[in-house]
Amino acid sequence: MSVLEVRGLGVDYDGVRVLERIDLSVAAGAFCTVVGASGCGKSTFLRILLGQERPTRGEVLLDGVPIPPEPMPDRGVVFQKYSVFAHLSVRDNLALPLEIQRARGLGRLFGRARRQVRAEVADLLHRIGLEHAGDRYPGQLSGGMQQRLAIGQALVLKPRVLLLDEPFGALDPGIKKDMHALILNLWQDTGMTVFMVTHDIQEAFQLGTRLVVFDKLRHDPHAPRAFGATITYDLPLRPPQPPAADRPAGPDPAAAAASQPPAPDAAPETGETPDAAP
Amino acid sequence: MRLINQKPSRIARYALGALPFAAVLLIYSVASKLRHMENPQDRLLPSLQQMAAAVERMAFTPSKRTGEYTMWLDTLASLERIGIGMLVSTVLALVLGIAMGAIPRIRATLAPFVGAFSLIPPITVLPILFIVFGLGETAKIALIVVGTAPVMTRTVAQATADVPDELLVKVQTLGANSWQIVTRVFVPMVLPRLIGAIRMGLVPAWIFLVSAEAIAAEQGLGYRIFLVRRYLAMDVILPYVAWITIIAYVLDRAFYLLSRKGLRWAHGEGGAL
Repeated sequence: MSVLEVRGLGVDYDGVRVLERIDLSVAAGAFCTVVGASGCGKSTFLRILLGQERPTRGEVLLDGVPIPPEPMPDRGVVFQKYSVFAHLSVRDNLALPLEIQRARGLGRLFGRARRQVRAEVADLLHRIGLEHAGDRYPGQLSGGMQQRLAIGQALVLKPRVLLLDEPFGALDPGIKKDMHALILNLWQDTGMTVFMVTHDIQEAFQLGTRLVVFDKLRHDPHAPRAFGATITYDLPLRPPQPPAADRPAGPDPAAAAASQPPAPDAAPETGETPDAAP
Repeated sequence: MRLINQKPSRIARYALGALPFAAVLLIYSVASKLRHMENPQDRLLPSLQQMAAAVERMAFTPSKRTGEYTMWLDTLASLERIGIGMLVSTVLALVLGIAMGAIPRIRATLAPFVGAFSLIPPITVLPILFIVFGLGETAKIALIVVGTAPVMTRTVAQATADVPDELLVKVQTLGANSWQIVTRVFVPMVLPRLIGAIRMGLVPAWIFLVSAEAIAAEQGLGYRIFLVRRYLAMDVILPYVAWITIIAYVLDRAFYLLSRKGLRWAHGEGGAL
């Protein structure tokens, strides 16, 4: 059954066609990765999924219901930067979603309720590997640790879909590998649906159960703005949300995933993607 | 080694920093001495001893007429005015600034007005304030507010608008309503800039305080300076100016330290100012 469904979506900016004719149906438990040249509208697409922007045409359904035109807890998000709150300690960043849910007035809990919330996030703090840094501020953390925190924070409310906007784009390759392991682990544990935009094709193949490529299919040299990008490739890579036994239970499933070569027919196709569009 | 790469040691830095102060003091002392050698009655450049005597008289001897310690009375009166004025400005800046920065409808309504209001030279409003509020405390406090609140409000509004969109989207995905976004994101994230705005606002606040006191008051640091000016009492004016400077410096440092200690997250690296 599909969690996320996009029907006939199109976006124009001041007469410039950015996206057109996008149809997509993401199954529950899928890890859908999206790649495309920069400026091809994949970030615009993500903003629409978030509810930050409204499409010019078409609609987006979450569990069969059109999404409201603003961000909501059913869609969690991690951006490349500015994803955590600089004025809150690591622990308080994780407690924030619960405080917001429980203290509808001030959004802040005190005394016992506050201690309770902090205790509740202790497990998550451990799972994202930051228990030693619970009292530090994000500014005192490395980029990778900040993104771990951002992912943890986005998961507190158990969103239906987790949207990732180039979350590892600014990280060193080694750190990136750790982050891949983390996100795969969390994905398996929670069984959530992930939708990830990236410009790293290798990463997209490694992580995704399904790879979607955005590109311009048509191009008119006399009217370069007339056509927008759409989905040019849609490759299934793995079954969505495999049983836990299928994946190595070791501490680094990303490394294991990396050693599995991507589907042989898929790889060359992606290599050609930029030229493939007529 | 190039000049731009030669960095003084810690001790050398303090010594160099003290140099201009010492130079001014020395030049003043010499000039004062020269004038007194020519005319022992000189009032223009009182000696340091004369100034010390004046401070002793103003600050540590009860006034013959009222039995009070004039300088402390003046200090308290001025601090009360500037304190209340800055408090009002701070509250206005926080409330209006965040409302303008966070809520597009309020920004559209208020931004042009606050922008225009901040361009009025505050001192030209002083006669109006005296007419409306009378010569009492209200007019003086109002002048400080008129002179500082608009700029502080714009600073806070800008700081609010500068909160990255990503964070606003994120907090909405955590289920926050508008009020929770104000209390949990905008207010705490704007506080460092608000403290900066207070520090910047204190500079004109002193100007407006002294101006208002000069025109109509019964006590206050500015009032005293302009009162004794009639007797060419430089031995009182100079220590008063120094005293105001010291108070201003201490207040500025206090707010800086408040920010450093209370908002550690905002002073991660390098520090500010």
